[in-house]
Amino acid sequence: MKLSLIHRSLLALALGAGLIGSTHAQTTLLNVSYDPTRELYHEYNAEFARYWKEKTGEDLTVRQSHGGSGKQARSVIDGLEGDVVTLALAYDIDAIAEKAGKLPADWQKRLPHNSAPYTSTIVFLVRKGNPKNIRDWEDLVKPGVEVITPNPKTSGGARWNYLAAWGYALKKSGGSEETARSYVTELLKHVPVLDPAARGATNSFVQRGLGDVLLAWENEAFLSVNELGPDKFEIVVPSVSILAEPPVAVVDAVTNKRGTGKTAQAYLEYLYSPVGQKLAAKHYYRPRKPELADPTHVARFPKVNFITIEDLGGWQAAQKKHFADGGVFDQIYAR
Amino acid sequence: MAGASAFHLGGDHAHRFESRAATRETPLVKWLILGLSLTFFVIFLLMPLIAVFVEAFRKGWETYITALVEPDALSAIRLTLLAAVISVPLNLVFGVCAAWAIAKFEFRGKQFLITLIDLPFSVSPVIAGLVFVLLFGAQGWFGSWLSDKDIRIIFAVPGIVLATVFVTFPFIARELIPLMQAQGREEEEAAVVLGARGLQTFWYVTLPNIKWGLMYGVILCNARAMGEFGAVSVVSGHIRGQTNTLPLHVEILYNEYQFAAAFAAASVLAVLALVTLVIKTWVENRAAQSHKDANRDDAS
Repeated sequence: MKLSLIHRSLLALALGAGLIGSTHAQTTLLNVSYDPTRELYHEYNAEFARYWKEKTGEDLTVRQSHGGSGKQARSVIDGLEGDVVTLALAYDIDAIAEKAGKLPADWQKRLPHNSAPYTSTIVFLVRKGNPKNIRDWEDLVKPGVEVITPNPKTSGGARWNYLAAWGYALKKSGGSEETARSYVTELLKHVPVLDPAARGATNSFVQRGLGDVLLAWENEAFLSVNELGPDKFEIVVPSVSILAEPPVAVVDAVTNKRGTGKTAQAYLEYLYSPVGQKLAAKHYYRPRKPELADPTHVARFPKVNFITIEDLGGWQAAQKKHFADGGVFDQIYAR
Repeated sequence: MAGASAFHLGGDHAHRFESRAATRETPLVKWLILGLSLTFFVIFLLMPLIAVFVEAFRKGWETYITALVEPDALSAIRLTLLAAVISVPLNLVFGVCAAWAIAKFEFRGKQFLITLIDLPFSVSPVIAGLVFVLLFGAQGWFGSWLSDKDIRIIFAVPGIVLATVFVTFPFIARELIPLMQAQGREEEEAAVVLGARGLQTFWYVTLPNIKWGLMYGVILCNARAMGEFGAVSVVSGHIRGQTNTLPLHVEILYNEYQFAAAFAAASVLAVLALVTLVIKTWVENRAAQSHKDANRDDAS
């Protein structure tokens, strides 16, 4: 009777190992992505698997991993074997190229439109009826307004939020580096908590009822309104916002090792196809080729005056200046 | 970490205090204390537990079942059980060895070993996870060697098991050490004098003495292994259907606005916890029983 405990655990061990072993039967791709793309890729993966099966006869399973964009890049650097990365901003993929050499430094030239098959922007999500009357960036720093945005150190969306605010203050008449700095400093004083990732910030605002306004990805804002009731929230489009380009890339070091290069490449190229563009628009990403998407979906996107990351010197410069250790964000947030 | 010796406190003592006027509390104090602890119990333990099940069934049985038989959920349940099934026996062997060494032998650095065993209790689980990333991650100490050999540890099942073993390390050892120390080594010595071999002594003398404490430790260890979030979250990589454990799956579903499904998964964890609790109570009863029997044998 006493021996049987050990026997039983060994048996269970063997059984467990068998269960795990049985899951590795077919071709798989791993898409390491950022937080708000869950729904988009959930649907896209199924579509692509169907297309791939028709084209090559190969059974394909695409697995997903989601988290804050910066954290996901860190995981790939630390060895998470994503065949493709679909992150929130170019710098995070630059970091993978730079720190781990898993793809060439010029990766962004390998696919059309800066390797971003869809774009998005930053909008404000406010509570129904807009009780604090928030119309533009200036209204965010009014007394008594609480702003929810995630932590730019870990979240890609938060870095776009931050740069959109910076860009607004810089580009408005009479704007300069100094006014931009003091505006963003003031804005951060209105942030009660910095969540680590975009979805967490959305939950803070939507579920926990924190804050008066959420700085959010446009797609995330649309999703909150539609998932949780148009009677609870509304979207405010500011006078100026930033054109956010979430890029995609094949991670060569992983695909070479796993022999999945062709599949991974096709997976990303298919995002530019009518099917990919339609799905992007359906999930509230602005398609690069709106003519391929459903017109009713495209009509949902309001017209926005865009500034681009190039206006702010490109990602490498912006990252170094604002988000590196000891950068502008560290200096103004510490105060 | 009450230890097995705490089992037989309880009923007898309370009865003795109550039955004597000198040690009896006034009814006011008695009901105040009772009411206070019951209120706490209801607010902090019972309500969340009920909330989990209410939310889980909010959209009906069908949604509940669908949420649990969905492939990603099944794989999460499987992985959670696998992690427990590997880490509990490992910690069982380790725990018995460590407790044996500490209770029955004298050696240098004994205190240091006891402190080391406690390390996972005092280290934040997130740090525990990061340590494994630093060791086995692609940029870590053994990273390039592992990648040459095509061995994956971090962001794969072995990493999750490692993290689980680490955080559940002390449970069994800490349970056994005080028990074995209290029992001393006389019975084993007697067995050896009577001609028993080492393994015989262990099976027929030591194990029966510690079996209830051991069971208790295994149960606590198992509960933590299935519930661990922090350390596992760091090393998991969050690949659905592959490296998501049940607690991580709950978080993902919640973040996807699938509240009913999230609470359905959470309710599985809650049921596992309740089963654990029932077994624990049974073990405690049995332990108290066998202690009484042993006392009666001694007396006669």
